[in-house]
This record gives sequence, C-alpha cells and structure tokens, in this order.
Amino acid sequence: MDNKNYLKDISDIKTMMSRSSRFMSLSGLSGVLAGVYALIGAILAYFELKRYDSAIYTDTEIVSDNLDTTVFLNLVSIALFVLISAIVTGAILTMRKAKKQNEKIWNPVSKRLLVNFGLPLVTGGLFCIVLIQHGILGLVAPATLIFYGLSLVNASKFTIGDIKYLGIAYVIIGLIATQFVGYGLYFWALGFGVFHIIYGTILYNKYDR
Amino acid sequence: MKNIIQHISKAFDHRVRLGIMSILMVNDFADFNMLKELLGATDGNIASHTKALEKEAYISIEKSFINRKPNTRYIATKSGREAFTKHIEALEKLINPNE
Repeated sequence: MDNKNYLKDISDIKTMMSRSSRFMSLSGLSGVLAGVYALIGAILAYFELKRYDSAIYTDTEIVSDNLDTTVFLNLVSIALFVLISAIVTGAILTMRKAKKQNEKIWNPVSKRLLVNFGLPLVTGGLFCIVLIQHGILGLVAPATLIFYGLSLVNASKFTIGDIKYLGIAYVIIGLIATQFVGYGLYFWALGFGVFHIIYGTILYNKYDR
Repeated sequence: MKNIIQHISKAFDHRVRLGIMSILMVNDFADFNMLKELLGATDGNIASHTKALEKEAYISIEKSFINRKPNTRYIATKSGREAFTKHIEALEKLINPNE
C-alpha cells in the first residue's frame, strides 16, 4: 500500500469532478480587456453627452422625457461597439486557452454555462428595453448592473467559482446606483470598467499563468 | 486500519471506473460520448467499465433515441453514491490517518 497511489486517486477524482461540471477555460485577460473597452466606451459616452449638453444622464428624475433621439442612438452604438468588442475578444482568448488546456470549447459544460449565464442576462436586457419604452431611463444603468451581477452568480456554478463574488459586487453597486439616479454613467464605468479590470487581473494571476 | 481498508472498494480500483464515478457524482447524468471525451478512453474500455459498475448496481443505464440516434445515459444510483463517498473518505483517511 503506498500513499502515492491514493493521493493520485484523490487528485484524479477532483480533476474529473471539476472538468466534467465546470468550464475552466474562461480567460482572465478577456475580463481585463472588457473592462478597458467599457472605460473607453464610458469616456466616449461622456463626451457625447457633453457635446449635446444632453440631460439624459445628469437628469436626477427617474422618469425622463429628455430623450434626444440622435444622442440616444449614438449612445446605443457606443454600447453595442463595447459589447461586441468584449464578446469577440472574450471568445478568441477563451478558445486559445481551451486549446492550451485541452478542453473543448463547445461541450456539455460550456453549453450549460452559456444557458445559465444567458437566462438572467437576456431577461435583464428585455427588462431594460421595457424601462426605456416607459421612459424610466434613470433605472436602466442600475438594472443592467444588477442583472449582469445575477448572471455572474448564476454562471459561477459552472465555471471558475470566484466570479460569484464579482457578481455579488455588481448587484450591490447596482442597488446603490438606484439611489443616485443622475450618475448612471459613472456607476457603469466603475462596474463594467473598473470591476472587470480588477477581477480580470486577479483571475489572470490565479488561473492563466 | 482493517475498518478503513474494507471501505476501499475493488469496484473503483481502476482509473476509468474512478473517473466515471467522479463524473456521475457531480452531474445528473452523462452520456457515452461525454465519458469518452472526458476520460480519453476507447469505446470498448468505457463499455466494459460501465458494465462492471452497472453489475455492482452503482450506476444505472437509460437508453433512448435522440434524433433517431441511439443515446445511452449513465446515472449514479443511490448505493453507488454512498459507496463512492465511503471510498473517498477511506482514501483520505489512508493518506492522512491523523485527521
């Protein structure tokens, strides 16, 4: 009876349990880059608002009819640009890491991860469209933060468990943002920008190297 | 010591069988291809080891058709889960007898 074999058995068991239930190839670096894109987007949005001197995000009323269509469309384009850049970067880096770790990018675990991440996220997205529809612009920024946080918490069971704490941080900052209605852009920059960069760096140091 | 050894189940005394049970402990079910991919074993290998575990009633097998293709699902039974938990506990005790 040698201890080494038992140790190897235990470590095999742990590896198999995590490999078969968690998608571990998420790239920390993609989190950092997503944060950088978000900050760039926030800066662009800030100047856009300055340029038109629009009241959208300095309006402290929850319900606002100051919806200038040009500004609004420009802001939506910035947001979409940030979102698409972040998704493409994330996908490329994750594929690269999956290859390195010999994990298939499209397996039952990654599918489960996407479904569990996507469900609260899509719900949140639709809810935000409804908020815009009713002109409740002041709550759009808090709602995106809260729903994104819940998506992360939900997804954490199927990937690197640490993202649960990131999710909780988003929910908290989102709830705080509901009390500071004119400052949505700043909360966005803090959440999607700074949080991503900090957490991406932590994950990068812990798992990517 | 004797007490510990008796929980080390012979049924799990193989890398593939250990792997199959580990996967089924944390997943509601797994199909043949998933086991094959995760364990990097051959068809015949997976087939014979799942059969051995089924014989012990540690796993159950559900056959069905998905898009007219046969699909086999493996599920850990209650007794399989209990036996595997005891197996892990025994392994841990053997490595670290003082705990």
